[in-house]
Amino acid sequence: MPSFLKHLRWADWLILTVLVGAAAYVGMRLEGTLNYEWRWHLIPDYILRYREDRQEWFANLLLQGLFATLRICIYAGILAAIFGTILGVARCARNLTVRMLARTYLELLRNIPPVVIIFIFFFFLSQQLIDALNMNAWARGIARSDSAGVWEFFFGDMRRFPSLISGVLVLGLFQAAFVGEIVRAGIQSIPRGQREAARAIGMSGFQEMRYIIMPQALSKVVPPMANQFISLIKDSSIISLISVQELTYKTVELVASTRMIFEAWITTAAFYFVLCFGLSLLFRRLENRD
Amino acid sequence: MTQTPVIVADAIGKSFGDFAALTDVSLSVHQSERVVVCGPSGSGKSTLIRCFNGLENHDAGTLTVDGVALSQDAPEIRQLRQDVGMVFQQFNLFPHLTVLENLMIGPLKVRKLDRAAAEATARKYLERVRIPEQADKRPAQLSGGQQQRVAIARALCMEPRVMLFDEPTSALDPEMIGEVLDVMVELAQTGMTMVVVTHEMGFARKVADRMVFMEAGRIVEISPPDTFFTAPQTDRARVFLDQILEH
Repeated sequence: MPSFLKHLRWADWLILTVLVGAAAYVGMRLEGTLNYEWRWHLIPDYILRYREDRQEWFANLLLQGLFATLRICIYAGILAAIFGTILGVARCARNLTVRMLARTYLELLRNIPPVVIIFIFFFFLSQQLIDALNMNAWARGIARSDSAGVWEFFFGDMRRFPSLISGVLVLGLFQAAFVGEIVRAGIQSIPRGQREAARAIGMSGFQEMRYIIMPQALSKVVPPMANQFISLIKDSSIISLISVQELTYKTVELVASTRMIFEAWITTAAFYFVLCFGLSLLFRRLENRD
Repeated sequence: MTQTPVIVADAIGKSFGDFAALTDVSLSVHQSERVVVCGPSGSGKSTLIRCFNGLENHDAGTLTVDGVALSQDAPEIRQLRQDVGMVFQQFNLFPHLTVLENLMIGPLKVRKLDRAAAEATARKYLERVRIPEQADKRPAQLSGGQQQRVAIARALCMEPRVMLFDEPTSALDPEMIGEVLDVMVELAQTGMTMVVVTHEMGFARKVADRMVFMEAGRIVEISPPDTFFTAPQTDRARVFLDQILEH
């Protein structure tokens, strides 16, 4: 008998029995009333598929979506880290206007539902930017050129490039507010004596920030930043609403065309879980090592 | 010597809200003079010397340091702080830098020396405080006494004209106080102008040219150490001395 089973008391057995019972009931309802036909065997083809005519493997919908999610999250994470650091420093600025602007940004993002923010950013900001830079025509040009392969490695299908940029911008600006709060907390956790010592040797406000406060603050905020990155991956699913073709969007597509509602969503949930939980374990291990 | 004093405080005052930390304080410190400031806690000693390098703004009277009236005008105060070194009770070393980097960062970034010159300066003063072998350690790896000596060296690396010490031995374990005081005595012997807030009366007796006794934000008595320790002119100084010399 595995060792953990020995530690179970009657209360644990009761709880487990109730849970199993509930699961069995839901399962029976699905089988009985919905008359749902499970087709798990089709799912692997939508992840990775072997193409007979070309004799090669290719990433199908779900894997394409996962790659897109990864790309978007990495770029959005970088954007959020940069913009968030600026916001965090601004929150601690001596200048009142700067401080208030940063505070306003944070409070707006904190008190408006994410979905609404995503739409507002999309229509008011990224759409305008993409039109202004004429990015659609530019990206189509790249897609037809010889160097398309390299670009595709970094940005996926270049015809969808403007949409990817939208996703990155919207998600990055959204997450920046929270990164900003983390950075602010980091800055404020540095004892006052550090600032005084910096000033006492004649440093300017900028030098004090650059050489004394920020290096200490940033090393303190690495663990909460790592957690915020996991949040970013989870939150990235809402940009499917602005037609960015990431994992959630691809799943919606898959469900619409095949009606494998439960299989597709369970698979996607597993993708997100493995990704986020894996990163969380990795970050924890890195943290413990030093 | 009839030079202009390095620090001239003329009737300065400082309040934190309703609390008057300094009231009508006047004090001149001359070149190469060693002034020890003592008094009960909360008497405004720290606030006074923190005004001397602009870490606190006085809000009444005038304060002239090195011939320049102190204001909060940024470029001027930065220039002034390079001439006025400060040693804190809590050391305030930069924990993310090595000892050597702690000493070099001021010369490099503020005095704009090149790397070689900054390192030479740093090593010179590390030698002076007698811990050259600790150059590559982090502050957290040093004992309190060693950390405070590094802090003294860091201030000296800016080649200041005046050194301010804000209770430099109060946060130290008793067995480490001696090593820090030794370094300060040596510094006094080189002719450095020093203003020291301390309860170490043995040190005061040894190096002070003048004793300043403060209470409740005012200077109560200024006298030479001989007079101050044997025949204080005010009752309050006598009570204070009785309390701390008893032990």
